[in-house]
Amino acid sequence: MHPVTLTVNGARHELELEPRDLLVHVLREQLSLTGTNIGCDTSSCGACTVLLDGQSVKSCTILGVQADGAAITTIEGLATGGELHPVQQAFHDHHALQCGYCTPGMVMAAVSLIENGEAGDRDSIRSGLEGNLCRCTGYHNIVEAIAEVAGATS
Amino acid sequence: MSATETWGIGAPLKRKEDDPLLRGRGTYVDNIDLPGTVVMVVVRSPYAHARITSIDTSAAKAAEGVVAVYTGADLRDDWKAAMPCAWPVTEDMKNPEHFPLAVSEVNYQGDGVAVVLADTRAHAVDAAELVDVDYEVLDAIVDVAAAAEDGATLVHEELGTNVSYVWPLESGTFDESADVIVKHTYIQPPLIPNAIEPRGVVARPEPGGDVTLWSATQIPHILRLLTAATLGMSETKLRVIAPDVGGGFGSKLDVYAEELLAVAIARRLGTPVKWIEERSENALATIHGRDFVTTLELAATKDGKITSLRANVIASMGAYLQLVTPGIPLLGAWIYAGPYEIPNYSVTFTGVFTNTTPTDAYRGAGRPEATYVLERTMDLLAKELGMDRVELRRKNFITEFPATIASGLTIDSGDHHASLDRLLEHLGLEELEAEQQARRDRGDTKQIGIGFSTYNEMCGLAPSRILGAIRYAAGGWETATIRCLPTGTFQVVTGTSPHGQGHETAWSQIVADQLGCDPSEVEVLHGDTSISPYGLDTYGSRSLPVGGAALWSAGEKIIEKAREIVAHQLEVAADDLEYEAGTFTVKGSPDKEMTVKGAAWAAFAAHNLPDGMEPNLEATATYDPPNFSWPGGAHAAVVEVDTGTGDARLIRYVAIDDVGTVVNPLIVDGQVHGGITQGIATALYEEAIYDEDGNLANGTMAMYLVPSAAELPSYELDRTETKATDHPFGAKGVGETGTIAAAPAVINAVIDALSHLGVTDIQMPATPERVWRAIEEAQQ
Repeated sequence: MHPVTLTVNGARHELELEPRDLLVHVLREQLSLTGTNIGCDTSSCGACTVLLDGQSVKSCTILGVQADGAAITTIEGLATGGELHPVQQAFHDHHALQCGYCTPGMVMAAVSLIENGEAGDRDSIRSGLEGNLCRCTGYHNIVEAIAEVAGATS
Repeated sequence: MSATETWGIGAPLKRKEDDPLLRGRGTYVDNIDLPGTVVMVVVRSPYAHARITSIDTSAAKAAEGVVAVYTGADLRDDWKAAMPCAWPVTEDMKNPEHFPLAVSEVNYQGDGVAVVLADTRAHAVDAAELVDVDYEVLDAIVDVAAAAEDGATLVHEELGTNVSYVWPLESGTFDESADVIVKHTYIQPPLIPNAIEPRGVVARPEPGGDVTLWSATQIPHILRLLTAATLGMSETKLRVIAPDVGGGFGSKLDVYAEELLAVAIARRLGTPVKWIEERSENALATIHGRDFVTTLELAATKDGKITSLRANVIASMGAYLQLVTPGIPLLGAWIYAGPYEIPNYSVTFTGVFTNTTPTDAYRGAGRPEATYVLERTMDLLAKELGMDRVELRRKNFITEFPATIASGLTIDSGDHHASLDRLLEHLGLEELEAEQQARRDRGDTKQIGIGFSTYNEMCGLAPSRILGAIRYAAGGWETATIRCLPTGTFQVVTGTSPHGQGHETAWSQIVADQLGCDPSEVEVLHGDTSISPYGLDTYGSRSLPVGGAALWSAGEKIIEKAREIVAHQLEVAADDLEYEAGTFTVKGSPDKEMTVKGAAWAAFAAHNLPDGMEPNLEATATYDPPNFSWPGGAHAAVVEVDTGTGDARLIRYVAIDDVGTVVNPLIVDGQVHGGITQGIATALYEEAIYDEDGNLANGTMAMYLVPSAAELPSYELDRTETKATDHPFGAKGVGETGTIAAAPAVINAVIDALSHLGVTDIQMPATPERVWRAIEEAQQ
């Protein structure tokens, strides 16, 4: 077991982790942050996307021990003071979610795309979302939601 | 704008379901963490066909954290019946006995042979590796057409054949001497549904031998009935809950081995049992869709009037018959003629076993398979006749409704010309054809093609009498309860079981519209057999056509009882009351009024009700639809094909759908977006690929191409509206329209893009390799 310190949604956690524990399992099982979903086992679907030191990562591709010292934001940490984050609000306004399972990862990926200035137009948004799969929406409304928040030009 | 226009039927109300899902507070099965839970892992066969000669579980049992290990033989006596198939389509259908774990023979890669129960998932996975199974490997048969032939390797030797059934539907005689006959054979490969939430189960034993089962299922009611039957339990001992469910698309419309195993083992161990499917496991252990080989023939006069249709369909069942496996082809049986009037009609299905994952319902279930071969053949016929493909479609459209079609059913309503007209308004066909010609003239590497698909589907499952006539075991009704609570709020209990479709929002709109309240005042309860004892769940685009109609009928009962209460309270005759949007007014005295909410309070207080009336204002209605639901429409795809690499990209998709009355256009558009995406994926990207030994070669999300946003364009949607005459407010189903229409539109577009090079056929999915080879072959 290895001692690991994680700051998750602003709260500091000191954990003892097995080397094989994936970050997503640490979040879900040890910290009970079950908003981060698991949709595959090949790092393909992006349902488990979180922000690690501000950048979106698939939390199934990172070992818990690798995240030692990092600041992590999960979907539970995105809304502030009870108010939805603008990306969450836009997903609601544009009906950009159906079953909701891919939504936490999709929202976190979108937040990162917008913050990195990579959502300037719909083509960029589409390429930026390549690692996040949704089976319900066909992406149309997800792209519209992100385009609105990002002020996409086309 | 009146109030109801902002939130009643037809309003784009934002969904009530969204908030917890957006905040990461969904209650998917994997989020249920009960004290004392043991984790179940299934040991699966690596072979597609083998005899189990021995299983040694001793090392696994001794491993850290392991609570129990069971083989198929260990659990054999737990099953009082074999795995259920609810649709024996013929009297002599062959259905091999099939248990949650194989006992002596495995018949597809992924067939379960043992389960390991441990304190943690890691321990269970580790111990599963230690289960030592000896197999005697047998020859496997994968190709469905080959499996149907005499002398083929047998999946189930005891049956003496791979053919499960032959099911014909015939009306009239095929015109063999017609001016033109076109005939073509189409392969529609197996597909992996890939709901983003894999399946999952938690079973908790309760005092007295009861069990609560949480499952990522579309069908909590059917699951309860058949789990109880398989385990020999009383239904009253089993409560099934479908919590938040992360998509289904038919793949969670089943009674699965793991559900039965979890219940049986929770009863044995007395502790909660949890099983969560891994994605690669899902590719093997959750049903597949399609896998049809179809020969379609159309006969026509030389001026393009189609006189006969004949379809010969070989449909893979996979290794076993799951819940409705044999019935999937039948769901398309009546619509091989689509929106066209074709007097002579013949469809024959041969259901065939192969050593592959069992097939069952995947979005559209039988109807995409029918529409694909028809719309492809319409283009072939147009070419053969030298006739414009749009004109050929127009010439054969059914125009008089209700229309009794050759296959024997009656389509209540529709307007195919209106949908096609609207499509052409949006499409700009002349400009596209000019662009196509310009690229051809220049010899561009990238060519464009335009493909059409006009469709008529049959959904809203289903009139119970018809289901009975075609040997389905249950009915097709749905039930709903409305309770008017004393404080002026409404509690709805529905037998439908949403998993992304937004029933809480849409059902609230229906009640709000009918009973005069705000949708926020309506609570919708679903997906728990202890709350909604009756229901037939969600699949086959049935929830609004059937469940929505049940809800409306319950609302009518509420209005009728409220009318008596109001008449009594206002001291007028019930006939003197007028009702609109929740308020009764007295004819001629518009200042005298009382609302449904007021009647609800009066019924609750019960101080002054008509003599003999029961207190409280509550009604339940069960609705058995008189007919199927018949949405239709016209779709067009525009693709760009790189003739150098074979890469086909969709650049535009225009969908005009007629789904009757729309309750919520946001939700309807969302259903169409998702549906057409799965149809596009079928056309261009997806196929479960087996090698000849039955190994699934692309059973991970890294290998099986579920398209991302990067592969797809934004869509152009519009609607025409022909109200369903058999539905109380005119609605038709919408969940599968896009998937049914899209694949042939896309493939027709790919072929159109390459027709000047001599390409006439491309098999789905139109991968770069297939497209490139088709070009190469055409050039030779």
